[in-house]
Amino acid sequence: MQFKSQAVAKPYFYAAIGLFVGQILFGLIMGLQYVVGDFLFPAIPFNVARMVHTNLLIVWLLFGFMGAAYYLVPEESERELFSPKLALLMFWIFLVAGALTIVGYLAVPYAALAELTGNDLLPTMGREFLEQPTITKLGIVVVALAFLFNIGMTILTGRKTVVSIVLLTGLVGLAVFFLFSFYNPTNLVLDKFYWWWVVHLWVEGVWELILGAILAFVLIKVTGVDREIIEKWLYVIIAMTLITGIVGTGHHYFWIGTPEYWQWWGSIFSALEPIPFFMMTVFAFNMVNRRRREHPNKAAVLWALGTAVMAFLGAGVWGFLHTLAPVNYYTHGTQITAAHGHMAFYGAYVLIVLTMISYAMPYLRHNAPANHGRSQVLEMWSFWLMTVSIVFITLFLTAAGILQIWLQRASDTPMSFMAAQDQIALFYWMREVAGLVFFVGLMLYIWSYFVKPKEHAAAA
Amino acid sequence: MSETFTKSMARNIYLGGSVFFFLLFLALTFDTTSALPERDNRGAITPQVALGKKVWEENDCIGCHTLLGEGAYFAPELGNVYERRGPDFIKAWIAAMPTRAEGRRQMPNFNLTEEELDALVAFFKYSGEIKIARDWPPNIEG
Repeated sequence: MQFKSQAVAKPYFYAAIGLFVGQILFGLIMGLQYVVGDFLFPAIPFNVARMVHTNLLIVWLLFGFMGAAYYLVPEESERELFSPKLALLMFWIFLVAGALTIVGYLAVPYAALAELTGNDLLPTMGREFLEQPTITKLGIVVVALAFLFNIGMTILTGRKTVVSIVLLTGLVGLAVFFLFSFYNPTNLVLDKFYWWWVVHLWVEGVWELILGAILAFVLIKVTGVDREIIEKWLYVIIAMTLITGIVGTGHHYFWIGTPEYWQWWGSIFSALEPIPFFMMTVFAFNMVNRRRREHPNKAAVLWALGTAVMAFLGAGVWGFLHTLAPVNYYTHGTQITAAHGHMAFYGAYVLIVLTMISYAMPYLRHNAPANHGRSQVLEMWSFWLMTVSIVFITLFLTAAGILQIWLQRASDTPMSFMAAQDQIALFYWMREVAGLVFFVGLMLYIWSYFVKPKEHAAAA
Repeated sequence: MSETFTKSMARNIYLGGSVFFFLLFLALTFDTTSALPERDNRGAITPQVALGKKVWEENDCIGCHTLLGEGAYFAPELGNVYERRGPDFIKAWIAAMPTRAEGRRQMPNFNLTEEELDALVAFFKYSGEIKIARDWPPNIEG
């Protein structure tokens, strides 16, 4: 660790991992409810479990991004963080606000939570992924502003690098587009249109800038390749991201009451969205092949390469699979969407946060470039278990989706929704088993923090 | 990448490309905004429909169902439920929840008043009459 203030990243990373465990537990509950419908009913209805599952994901990824920024920015800027105290204060505010929101979801009916938090004053609740009470949303804005101020001051008064500027651009974009979550007109079409300005322009826009910047930072560190080369790649990748991804928003505007021309704009531009992800894969492997040093943290290199490959598969390939309007006509709102969502989020965002944590943690915990061998072996096992499981989860959900479309939409004598669901239960069971393996992988990951080195290694 | 393609060229593509395509997106948004009054059934938005949307949101219906294909995939599409089931069935169904049928997916009872039930039905009727490309969904089952 080059700067003392980088240490504030540590609580952010621990919180991220803790919430990740919660996310997966609720995912397992939902997966089981797909086949054992009354599991935990009425204590935890499906919609509550889903809110917890998706909101925990978003919150832990945000913790991860913030931790990554706090670790990366001082090193890039070659100065201490502007205010480590502010960073710690925001950590606690964000953690407590997040925890209270989750407790709120679980403890009282959602309608009671809406009343309790004064949703009437500024109704923003009850929309997918934006279920947080308005007051929580305002809290997120405050935390984001304080965070941006802290990071921005550090970057602007220190050495400015492409990596830190791109990261800052992505983070500012994240905050700006979140503001659309406060716009909730009664007109459903307008509501949906601008809802995507948060959701799509986050995950297929500005978040990719954050992803690119973190990946570039880790690759500079572990490969020793000249910064100039990596920064050039970073520019080209994010250029393609925004050139394809912004108008690519149109692939959500096929069937929500918006004009027909979006089928063309959306299909063409989103069909190009895999390009930046493919470039990211080429980039990561190229840099590792041309490495000028053997970094002792092999696990971090594995996570980084895994990010590049899985982001391309999940976001690129599985996104393309259902993005053309004539295909999407059949796949829209089926398990195909769920399949894509799982692998894309895991491949792009879960893995980039774990890449950063894997790289930074040895410095943060032991002031050493890498963990001991056994710990790294466990980390790599957890990488493979989680990655292989997510591939299977995606394949099972894709199979379920194809059958669902066949039975419910393509058939001349379409089945009702629930009748079709009964027919595909086998795939839901297999998805649940894959989910359990994922959980084992996650437990191994946590174990990697506690495992002791081998005796002789410790003695030497 | 080759030496003739410099970092500043890459940066210019990034800056120019993002600005250009963001402006294009804004132009399309502007055009859509002016085309929507013909399509989005805004004339049907009454205070009752507004209340229906509030009931929809404050009970997190999107956490299980889809509406125009967006939401969760645990329970049926409701954008066309008015056409599929009709007002009386919808109200009776919601009031009869949960079924408590063993092993079956369960919908909670949200203790909605008669006024709220009617509003929700009005909201479904309104969303079902939005003009959607190719008349999505492909058939009545959603």
